[in-house]
Amino acid sequence: MTLQPILTIARFTLLESIKNRMFILVLLGVVSLFGLTLFIGELAVTETIQIQNAMTGMVLRLFAVFIICIFVITSTIREFNDKGFELVISLPVGRYAYLAGKMAGFCLFSIFIVFIVCIPLAFIGNTSQLVLWCFSLICELWILTALCLLCLVTFKNITSALFVVLAFYLLARTISTIQLIGSSPILETTNLSHKVITMVIDAIAFLLPALDQFSKTEWLVYGGGGSSEYLFIVGQTVIYITLLFTAACFDLHRKNF
Amino acid sequence: MFRYLINKSDERPLKDVPVYISIILILAILCQIYWSSAHPLQRVTIKALPEPPSQLESQLLGLGDSIAISKLFMLWLQAFDNQPGVSVPFKRLDYGRVIIWLERILALDPKSQYPLLAAARVYGEVADEGKKRQMLEFIYQQFPADPNRRWPSMIHAIYVAKHRIEDYPLALKFAHAIAQQVTVTDIPHWVKQMEIYVLEDMGEIEGAKILIGGLLESGAITDAHELQFLQNRLNSLEPENTQ
Repeated sequence: MTLQPILTIARFTLLESIKNRMFILVLLGVVSLFGLTLFIGELAVTETIQIQNAMTGMVLRLFAVFIICIFVITSTIREFNDKGFELVISLPVGRYAYLAGKMAGFCLFSIFIVFIVCIPLAFIGNTSQLVLWCFSLICELWILTALCLLCLVTFKNITSALFVVLAFYLLARTISTIQLIGSSPILETTNLSHKVITMVIDAIAFLLPALDQFSKTEWLVYGGGGSSEYLFIVGQTVIYITLLFTAACFDLHRKNF
Repeated sequence: MFRYLINKSDERPLKDVPVYISIILILAILCQIYWSSAHPLQRVTIKALPEPPSQLESQLLGLGDSIAISKLFMLWLQAFDNQPGVSVPFKRLDYGRVIIWLERILALDPKSQYPLLAAARVYGEVADEGKKRQMLEFIYQQFPADPNRRWPSMIHAIYVAKHRIEDYPLALKFAHAIAQQVTVTDIPHWVKQMEIYVLEDMGEIEGAKILIGGLLESGAITDAHELQFLQNRLNSLEPENTQ
């Protein structure tokens, strides 16, 4: 019974992406960026394929993240502003069902984005490692989708939501490096402030997903990804999506409309 | 394609735009063109190679992706001599700083061969012998960290030492390092035998014979073709030594 509204909302979310010509935009972006990275690779004296793989992977990953965040945030905000959400909750549909439907629709859209993004990589990379990379990127986009929905429910503002999501993404990808910087300072010091800062960084690291372990360029360039990576990615994704989705539901149920 | 992206039915005709807005727009464009033409191009200045960021800072820049940022750094470093309006000759680069950059790039991506190849065949191709030696020393220092992967750059270093600097003892030192440290077997036979060729080129025929004899008797060579090749080599060295 609850499944039907979720599937309907998911279907209309996906239809919206088609009507907004998002797939054409993604295709144009992928073609342009792939051409750029091919050009950059041609500048190399050696390891041309490796450099093209690395550059293509990095650029297209950032592009996919940017597109999904922009689309999720602007699409949902538009629905809030057009009172579409209030129309839905006036029906006998739970608020969590609305969020689940939107989440499912955006997750499906993410899968299509990753397929388009991986087309250029299929010509220049190892297939098994590319499959791992694509799977990892899909999971990364799903985590960001859940985060976008949480930020939208909390802030109901495009700028604030986008800022928080991008800041979260940057922090999640660099927190391991920041922890290393904090644990090995240039000057050895036993100041209380340094210890407090290190503890705060460690605490933040506990709460963030290890996104630097997702969509690793190393898999595309040197291979080496295996079943342990799949397990880690699945585990992290399940835990973090549950956390973010539950937080979004928690916040949504407390809101008055 | 763009008309498909923009919904034309939402737009009014051009005549609906007030005249004063069109005039101000045209004036603004003309002002911008005049402004740009009134400010001459800046003089060409040659920038010195800066210090590279630390390894952790580099990882931060690459959002945790050390391999991608390593490749970007390598391409940037390689193109640094092409600055706006000027091409900086390599001999004017601070090679000490170039080496620090190459070390940083290798630290970020230890499996890459690009920095070592660039050291041997790009930065090592300057006329300045001191700078050539700096690059060769850099390759020699980096070789032990991963000899089974970095032997090609040592071969390049041997070439530069033999044919560019004509420092045969240096080439022999490099060849000896390859023979001692490379343990993989799926490489061309001549790689580990470079020491023999360098000794021959130095006129050290007796030394070359001792080396070949030692290899044959050690049992380390198991490939039949390689054994035959070395035996033939040893036989050919006999007349040279007696001359």
